[in-house]
Amino acid sequence: MEPMTEGLLQNLSPSPSPIPKIEMRGIVKRFPGVLANDNVDFTIYVGEVHALLGENGAGKTTLMNILYGIYTPDAGVIRINGSPVRLRSPRDAIKLGIGMVHQDFRLIEAHTVTENVFLNFDGLGFIPKWSALESRLEEIAANYGWRLNPRARVGDLSPGEKQQVELLKLLVRGADILLLDEPTSVLTPIETKMLFKTMRRMAEEGKSIVLITHKLSEAMSVSDRVTVMRRGRVVLSKPTREATVEELSTAMVGTQIANSLGQEQAGTRSADSAPVLRVSGLSVIGDEGVLAVRDVDLSVNRGEIVGVAGVSGNGQIELVEAIVGLRKPLRGRIVLNGVDVTGASPRKLMELGLTYIPPEGKKWGIVQELSIYENIALRIARYEPYSRMGVINWRRIMEVSEKVVSEFKVDTASIKARASSLSGGNVQRLILGRELTTSKPSLLVAAYPTKGLDIAATDHVKRILMRLRAENVGVLMLSEDLDEILELSDRIVVMYAGRVVGVVRRSEATPELLGLMMSRGVGAGASP
Amino acid sequence: MTVESLSIVEAILSSAVSAGTIYLIASVGECITERAGVINLGLEGIMAMGAITSFLLTLAYGHLVAIIGAALVGAVFGLLHALLSVSLRLNQIVVGLAITWLGLGLSGFMGAPEVARGLLKALNPSVPEYLAELKQAPRLPEMRMEPLSDVPLLGRTLFSQNALVYFGLASALVLWFILFKTRWGLSLRSVGENPALADTAGINIFAIRYLAVIVGSSLAGVAGAYLFIGYQPFWVEDLTRSRGFIALSLVILSSWSPLRAIAASFLFGGVETLQFRIPLRGFGAETPQLVMMLPYIITIVTLILISLASRGRIPAPAALGKPYSREE
Repeated sequence: MEPMTEGLLQNLSPSPSPIPKIEMRGIVKRFPGVLANDNVDFTIYVGEVHALLGENGAGKTTLMNILYGIYTPDAGVIRINGSPVRLRSPRDAIKLGIGMVHQDFRLIEAHTVTENVFLNFDGLGFIPKWSALESRLEEIAANYGWRLNPRARVGDLSPGEKQQVELLKLLVRGADILLLDEPTSVLTPIETKMLFKTMRRMAEEGKSIVLITHKLSEAMSVSDRVTVMRRGRVVLSKPTREATVEELSTAMVGTQIANSLGQEQAGTRSADSAPVLRVSGLSVIGDEGVLAVRDVDLSVNRGEIVGVAGVSGNGQIELVEAIVGLRKPLRGRIVLNGVDVTGASPRKLMELGLTYIPPEGKKWGIVQELSIYENIALRIARYEPYSRMGVINWRRIMEVSEKVVSEFKVDTASIKARASSLSGGNVQRLILGRELTTSKPSLLVAAYPTKGLDIAATDHVKRILMRLRAENVGVLMLSEDLDEILELSDRIVVMYAGRVVGVVRRSEATPELLGLMMSRGVGAGASP
Repeated sequence: MTVESLSIVEAILSSAVSAGTIYLIASVGECITERAGVINLGLEGIMAMGAITSFLLTLAYGHLVAIIGAALVGAVFGLLHALLSVSLRLNQIVVGLAITWLGLGLSGFMGAPEVARGLLKALNPSVPEYLAELKQAPRLPEMRMEPLSDVPLLGRTLFSQNALVYFGLASALVLWFILFKTRWGLSLRSVGENPALADTAGINIFAIRYLAVIVGSSLAGVAGAYLFIGYQPFWVEDLTRSRGFIALSLVILSSWSPLRAIAASFLFGGVETLQFRIPLRGFGAETPQLVMMLPYIITIVTLILISLASRGRIPAPAALGKPYSREE
């Protein structure tokens, strides 16, 4: 994210005394056992982008849900344009011009953009004039520089475009206070840039935008004002240009852990050179029926972390799925520990020492409806001593589950709790714990292992990856976060349009070089 | 083309339309029900109830009352379905099958000679009771749409049929328009795709699902009435012969669009008439069962082809078959 230029920022804080749009005073919200909002003051001004920054569970979403009428506060007042209001439901909030874009899109994939935007819209008439509505959407889209076809089916749109549909829903209903909950979590870097441009444009038009985020860089690059929450309280609130990154990160986490990983920096170990994984000439067909991976060569040595960088959708996930046996390769060879495993089943690969951490752990890594120990049983119940002749030994499984939960610090009341009750970070701890406690892998393949996790959980996952490297395990890791790739990897493989466009040693890599390779497919040095 | 061969083609097409209308009325209704997210496996039983109702009411009061009565009986069964599947959130498959068995059993009982006689007497004492035992009722008269009925080929196929055939075509057109062009239709389709979202958008999920199930079931009742007074006015038990289930699969074939349901229904109407024509030509004269299986075999083959053509991603309403409750 590039920081805002000084000049632009000054243009955007128009008057010396900005006009408050919304004032929340002394907001208190209790949930059983938790004080989610503890006497919170929060002010949003006209025409500003306001970053509400904090870790998961800091109370930002609760505060915004109160403003959106989903929760009623136990104490406190909300004033809009100076007069106190009572928000009993989102419908009240919408009437007052408040709109919210949730983290998960609330759209009907089978319907068109126009149908989604105008669903149950007031004053539509029994037979709506669809073409007039479509041109209205085209106008709004043109105003923000979006290339969005109102007749397109939402299911065919990219995440960035879906978000634009969500924004359209609010705009046509006249919202001038927009609450965006972690809006960049599903976007590519380019889409994020586009969104930030849109947010700036909206602020210029006099709308007020709240960006709920846990990413410091976003708050720094797009906001006029930043408020940091920690454990239900506001710990800092000031104009962004007066804030520093160090100050904000300390405010967010309380202590400074941000750079403590530096001591065991990547690239310091000299990996012994026995490759645990060797991929040669691999081509894979993707979901759309076209080649997603083209003629890829790749190797991972013992005691080495290889990071795969690339803008999402350039074949990384298909590559990983082919390696772990979820997708049949079209051509090429995959060799694991000297054994040709091309086209082998995931179970065979597991037994040969491969462990896989899937993307979106909640979706692909666990069964939400089952308890924690049943989720662990899924992985091991096949083997002795956890079962004998098909009969599961639940006592053993409970024992090992207790071990997983305590060693990997999965925050839960009991191993009998349903996995759906775990937060994203705890799900990832559970998956890692399950895989690593119950097997001794020689290769770990991790797809976006820290995506969507808060700082503490991300830190935990990174430490585990580095511990594995120290234990001579090979690690192949996908990540969309360049900083993370630079921090952990010994070697970085850059993918573009299904090809490996370059392999860079950690010592030679810079964000600029990687960014160039990722966006243009320019190879490093002489390699094609 | 000679005059003779033209008239054979006309005869085949015309009977395809008259047989297909049974499917058309039922599957258009089911399109609406399923678009709202509810699958009604009770079609078969409701059609049987519509048929027996039309039998008795035609004898007692004539065709118009019979058709309205069959629609009302269908509505009552639809209300029952909605009560169980929408309000009590019972499994829609189980509810639908229960309604099918209930409808088949009850209609069989009502059609038994002594019972039918009693019912007829109760309905209209002035009608001679023995009529019920003849198991027959007057057929719906042909309604020629002059001058359209004189158009070659189409005239006899489409415009020299009885009133319920026109009703079936009209309901397909009207319901297609409502479904895809109006605000109601958008709300209804949203309920079938994502009820939680529709709920937060302020749409009354329960009202829409009730309405969709009741409308679909009324049409199934009318389809049963047509089967009897418009197609085969002689009462036998198991008159419907799984046509309700074929109508269900035609909804898939028409990918939940009432307009495509017209083509799908007439196609299957053609298959159904073929089974009466093939034995005349000598094939399968020894084993009529083989030929009678034709519609069901073709149903299965069609479903397989649809699945292959859409690569296993049949565009069903996303929330089809899933009960909705706010707490989840």
